[in-house]
Amino acid sequence: MALLDISDLHLSMRSFEGETPILKGIDLTVERGQIWGVVGETGSGKSLTGLTISRLLPNTTARYTGGQVLFDGKDVLRAGERDMRALRGGRIGMIFQDPTTNLNPSFRIGTQMVDAALHAARDKPAILGLTGRESRRARRRAAWQASVALLESFGLHDAEDRMARFPHEFSGGMRQRVLIAMAMIGQPDLLIADEPTTALDVSVQSQILRLIHRLVEERNIGVMFITHNLGVVAQLCSHVAVMYRGRIVERGPVSKVLKAPEHIYTRALMDAIPTARAQMDTLRGIDWPLRDRIEAEIAATAKEVTA
Amino acid sequence: MLWYVIRRLLLIIPTLLGLSVIVFAIARLLPGDPVGLAAGPNATPEVIASVAAEFGLDKPIPVQYWNYLTGLLQGDWGVSLFSRRPVAADLAEFVPATLELVIAALLIAVIVGIPLGLLAAIWRDGIFDYLTRTVSLGAIAMPRFFLGLLLQLAFAMALNWLPLSGRFPLIEFPPERITGFYTVDAILIGDWHALGVALQHLALPALALSLSPLATILRMMRASTIEVLQQDYILTERALGIPSWIILFKYTLRNAVSATLTVIGLYVSWLLGGTVLVETIFDWPGIGLYSTQAILGQDFMPVIGVTLVIAMIYLVTSVIVDILQAVLNPKVRLQ
Ligand SMILES: Nc1ncnc2c1ncn2[C@@H]1O[C@H](COP(=O)(O)OP(=O)(O)OP(=O)(O)O)[C@@H](O)[C@H]1O
Ligand SMILES: [Mg+2]
Repeated sequence: MALLDISDLHLSMRSFEGETPILKGIDLTVERGQIWGVVGETGSGKSLTGLTISRLLPNTTARYTGGQVLFDGKDVLRAGERDMRALRGGRIGMIFQDPTTNLNPSFRIGTQMVDAALHAARDKPAILGLTGRESRRARRRAAWQASVALLESFGLHDAEDRMARFPHEFSGGMRQRVLIAMAMIGQPDLLIADEPTTALDVSVQSQILRLIHRLVEERNIGVMFITHNLGVVAQLCSHVAVMYRGRIVERGPVSKVLKAPEHIYTRALMDAIPTARAQMDTLRGIDWPLRDRIEAEIAATAKEVTA
Repeated sequence: MLWYVIRRLLLIIPTLLGLSVIVFAIARLLPGDPVGLAAGPNATPEVIASVAAEFGLDKPIPVQYWNYLTGLLQGDWGVSLFSRRPVAADLAEFVPATLELVIAALLIAVIVGIPLGLLAAIWRDGIFDYLTRTVSLGAIAMPRFFLGLLLQLAFAMALNWLPLSGRFPLIEFPPERITGFYTVDAILIGDWHALGVALQHLALPALALSLSPLATILRMMRASTIEVLQQDYILTERALGIPSWIILFKYTLRNAVSATLTVIGLYVSWLLGGTVLVETIFDWPGIGLYSTQAILGQDFMPVIGVTLVIAMIYLVTSVIVDILQAVLNPKVRLQ
């Protein structure tokens, strides 16, 4: 059974103007040990796909109009909120783009991390070396020690001291390490990373990428790595999915897709990489005549499928 | 932190000095004849001159100010032209009464307003949200004296649950004076009967005074909670699976309260300046009533005294608010 199996996922978002279809049939399978790069232009639905897997979109605005998302065989679109909360943190970890806004500024790092650890340990006490029958204080102490150990292993020295500090006392790169540590403290099987290095400078970026790579090797987790940077995909990922306007237009092993892109949009994306390769996070825009050709090609493939 | 507090408190002194110059000048330069008023309509010029001499009002104004200032430092706040009582003694009696009322009103406003604001944000656009929105609009718009009258009609006259007015029954002795706050003194000497009586008298005026700040704090708290709930870190906390009650009552609450705190601080001065009507309706012997009488009688020593006391309370409050702000929000640096 695949770790994550998304099939024909349809999502509409409600707003004042009415309901807009955003995801129009996403298919994606992630196995343990795989790092899937998800690329595509802004607004193509990458983030919403990631948030859907943990069901973090508000049900007042997000409506799932078709398909299913199986995590370890469990259909998350039909799971209750209680079941979802057990998956979050403990089975599915998430990290986001901006490390400056994703840590709560009013609380010490340790407070936030211990809460994350304690929550994950409710279903899996073994991650803190517990049996589940310990006192509150013993659990807290174990959560604290596990957090310190994890931060140290992520290259944060004096983690014991750092735990007592507030987010604004850390650099961006350190904050992102802390956030990855918080996402990993529950020892999840799947890590969803939504542009985790976009806000960091290049040297810090490669440290974070190495850290994620190490996690996959050591723990055999599956990763969904959302990015704009095809250079990063080439370095880090084993597989890549190319999204365009709510659809995955091409997917496969990185070696195959990046060497011989089949879809016209993938080729356009690769052409748009600046020659000073991989140094820039953003892609040059795609001009309009090309956009029309992409649309035409997508329409043609869609017809083939229905025919 | 300690140094910061000491420095801020020391800075209050020059502010008060400057203020005292201004208030003194305004009070003395205003048209009017306080000495004549005090001496009475039929006073002969000799009597008027002797009254002026008694109060030192025959001297040039800078000299009067200097005498006043040196007196202040020795605890002498001047003498009321009418009652001929020392202003310091009056203030010692009336200031605690008003402060007790204001603090009680503020406590009600904060203790009720903050949780209701949080709930209104959580159930945003639900029935509870609409209900509190409508009621708080009404509460902000309703004049305090009118609200006071309504409360008197309902709880004192119709239901007869609470006393109509006053701070303590005339036939009983208030608790022995330690701080001048009847409730605090009653607790300090362990007189539970007096505590109950004092609270009963405090309830209606405090409620009348609290409603407007309560409504404002509620609205402010709702807005800042909604703002906080949209922050990235809340999404991260949800993605970590942290239970929603911890996210709300721990991680959201502190950030939202620290945004609301400034408004709460501003309300202290609003309340201090706004007690007059409530004190009048409830016959509450505080500085509101005291200063109104003094202003009408051009009795300027009490006016200056009250102004300085209110300014001092306001300045100390702003130091307290800044300290609380720093406690709640580690990014605020005290220096
Ligand atoms: N809360 C929302 N309500 C309505 N529409 C939304 C909402 N969030 C996102 N959208 C729309 O859904 C589409 C996909 O958004 P999404 O954030 O998934 O894009 P993305 O691929 O992650 O883009 P980017 O690369 O800029 O992060 C966008 O067109 C966006 O306007
Ligand atoms: Mg995105």
